[in-house]
Amino acid sequence: MTDPLDQLKKALDTTTPAPDKDMKAANIRLAQKNFDQIQGSAQHARPTSENRSNLARLLTGVSGMIDALTSRGGIVATTAIVAVGLIIVTPQGRSLFTPPVNFTDQEEPIGSLPSQPKPDLSQENLPEREDVGKLAKSSDAPSRRDLRKQEAPMMEEPMIMAEEVAESDDVFVSGAIAPAPMSLDSNLSRNRQHIVAPSEPASIRSETNTETFANAPSNPLKITVEDPVSTFSIDVDTAAYAVVRSSLNAGTLPPAQAVRVEEMINYFPYDYVAPDAGVTPFRPTVTILDTPWNADTQLVHIALQGQMPALDTRPPLNIVFLIDTSGSMQDANKLPLLKQSFRLMLGQLRPEDKVAIVTYAGSAGQVLEPTPASERSTILAALEHLEAGGSTAGQQGLQQAYSVAENMADDGDVTRVILATDGDFNVGISAPGALKEFIAQKRDSGTYLSVLGFGRGNLDDTTMQALAQNGNGQAAYIDTLNEAQKVLVDQLSGALFPIANDVKIQVEFNPATIAEYRLIGYETRTLNREDFNNDKVDAGEIGAGHSVTAIYEITPVGSDAVLNDPLRYQTEKSVATSADELGFLRLRYKSPGASISQLIQTPIFTDMAPISTDAQFSVAMAGFGQLLRGSNYVADWSWGEAIALATQARGADDFGYRAEAINLMRLAQSLSVE
Amino acid sequence: MRVIHNVMRMETSDETLAKAAADGDRNAFGVLLDRRYDGLFRLAYRLTGSKAEAEDLTQDICAALPTKLASFRGQALFSTWLYRVAVNAAHDRRRRAASRAKAADGWGSWEINRRADNDDAEEKADWLNSAMSALNDDLRDTLALLLGDELTHADAANVLGVSEGTISWRVSEAKKHLRTLALQENGQ
Repeated sequence: MTDPLDQLKKALDTTTPAPDKDMKAANIRLAQKNFDQIQGSAQHARPTSENRSNLARLLTGVSGMIDALTSRGGIVATTAIVAVGLIIVTPQGRSLFTPPVNFTDQEEPIGSLPSQPKPDLSQENLPEREDVGKLAKSSDAPSRRDLRKQEAPMMEEPMIMAEEVAESDDVFVSGAIAPAPMSLDSNLSRNRQHIVAPSEPASIRSETNTETFANAPSNPLKITVEDPVSTFSIDVDTAAYAVVRSSLNAGTLPPAQAVRVEEMINYFPYDYVAPDAGVTPFRPTVTILDTPWNADTQLVHIALQGQMPALDTRPPLNIVFLIDTSGSMQDANKLPLLKQSFRLMLGQLRPEDKVAIVTYAGSAGQVLEPTPASERSTILAALEHLEAGGSTAGQQGLQQAYSVAENMADDGDVTRVILATDGDFNVGISAPGALKEFIAQKRDSGTYLSVLGFGRGNLDDTTMQALAQNGNGQAAYIDTLNEAQKVLVDQLSGALFPIANDVKIQVEFNPATIAEYRLIGYETRTLNREDFNNDKVDAGEIGAGHSVTAIYEITPVGSDAVLNDPLRYQTEKSVATSADELGFLRLRYKSPGASISQLIQTPIFTDMAPISTDAQFSVAMAGFGQLLRGSNYVADWSWGEAIALATQARGADDFGYRAEAINLMRLAQSLSVE
Repeated sequence: MRVIHNVMRMETSDETLAKAAADGDRNAFGVLLDRRYDGLFRLAYRLTGSKAEAEDLTQDICAALPTKLASFRGQALFSTWLYRVAVNAAHDRRRRAASRAKAADGWGSWEINRRADNDDAEEKADWLNSAMSALNDDLRDTLALLLGDELTHADAANVLGVSEGTISWRVSEAKKHLRTLALQENGQ
């Protein structure tokens, strides 16, 4: 076979058009013109060239440092510092080639440079941008990203605009560059230009559009003798499933990064055995099943069912909607869908509940004072008046939302900010570390945060996840009114009333019975072993009536499926436990408001609870998620088998969620054949 | 004297010209851009996959180059520096295209076009398109740099700010993708 690259090169060489002569002349003229203008404005800027280059070096140094702080990496660090360990040990070695983002190092510079004057990039670009609007081709009208940048100089707090700075490294403006405003100190303006220009390679970006997804490589297989303990935080988010659905319905397979298997599983309501009233807020049920995709392994299925407290006696609820009204929100599946969704939700509230609305990046500030839910028409009118558009206002959106929320709270109330956005998190705090800290601090003072994502193309799943995790809330993605019904009506109480906070799971496997194991999903929720007993380490929440499922695939000792050979120089450790125990399950949780955790523990035997259809369906979803991720562990399993399993375990399916999932699996089957 | 001066300009290295331009020498800037324009345009085409996009991208770069040039310190080859500017500009365009929620022309939109239009006439371009659109942005950018025959793996590593090993890995990944594609086509 010929080298495919040679073939590609030949094809490229023959199709590459010759540069158009007129275009070339025009472009060079444009460049010369801009060159002259810059020289003109900077004529007095450089007393000596030596002076300039020293300053430039200093400033580019700072910019390079800020450059490394992409908001993505920084925010992932808030929740996934532990994932770094995983990235290193992944067996495929794939992640060795992902862009090197050093999570742990990033928080340091943020904290240590709080008063660093932020490089003010956009100020001097402002006049240029206005020109762009007039001069550039219509398709080059300033995008929302540009608009966001313009907001930067108006920030009141001296915060490092990590995202803005990182992005502006390659701000390109089509059209002529207007002379820098003469009123500006020209020396300063000259130096700013150095920051704009890339003197070092910009951080390499792997995303193809502005969507980002939080994920980590699949959990690797662990050898029980070497690493018997697995620790993670629960996750009740559902955003990944909705994103998968929206991709499949649009006729494409979702990016593997978008698939968080545990969210695929936990999207569905399950009817696991509920706890007895007043004992514990939730109850674990452990089931051992045969693995559908591997005849020689088994699954340990851990189901937590939260109790449904009597809702008649629920405390009053204070909700602050923080709504993104930036220009891009005007699509039908964004702001209009959001309005419909909130209208649905309003029907679930009680007269004593209160609602306020704060907007950002558009119409300014608080648009609805805290209003009792009984004044339905006032609330609906305020909702109706929301309009997408405009560029700059409500910089302090998040702070304002929280301060409104705090003023609404009486003793015993449940207070929550619900942020609705299509991915523009210009909520007034841009440094990832500061944002995380702010939300975590508000969480500890009792105001929680949930995030609802709308629309595709600009969706910042990573940030959504990080914010919701730090805010003790859920991240959900609303793609249809049906999804709004599910999240904001059917499961509203689960989303709004936590019954157990910081729920952590730790399983110790018995090396006498289990040779190897791996946790399916929860890659972004992995905890260190010692974090389990550390009550300061944040973890996921269980809401009223929530169910949470975690599945381990285990390989029994002596099974044909054992992938690792025994070591030659290690003697087998003696194991003293009884041979019918597969492992030991420990759960920790805090009652809402408590700061000390409680422990639930139970051994896992080979003979556990009978297999329910719910458990089977969750296993089918685990398989679905892994197939979408292209996991090696399900390589021998077909879409047809996955669909058959899900269909057989569909059960009552009152709302048709499972039927929908089966249809999605069929879509994915067809799309993956293509 | 003037004639000799200009002749010398034609032989002056890119780096010297670039430094002179950064210090405000208009002539040096013109010579440099004229010299590098065609290569820049071809790279823009390899990065974007459409003539219109390549022209827009080249225009973006030309418009911004005077500002950017101020940061050229001569610590890298000018070509490396210029290609880095180009790759960053291409990334920026991609992101803007994505945020307009509108499919851009070029490699990215080809899948969509293919469904709409099953014309066999441009089979060769079609194969190229399918090959390029099968690759992710990182791999495509890497190939766009390497297939111009100007840059070594080390140069491309420099432009993209990754290690040489990463470039080699990407090349082998790209080959793997292309072979898979070839197998699929033969299988049909």
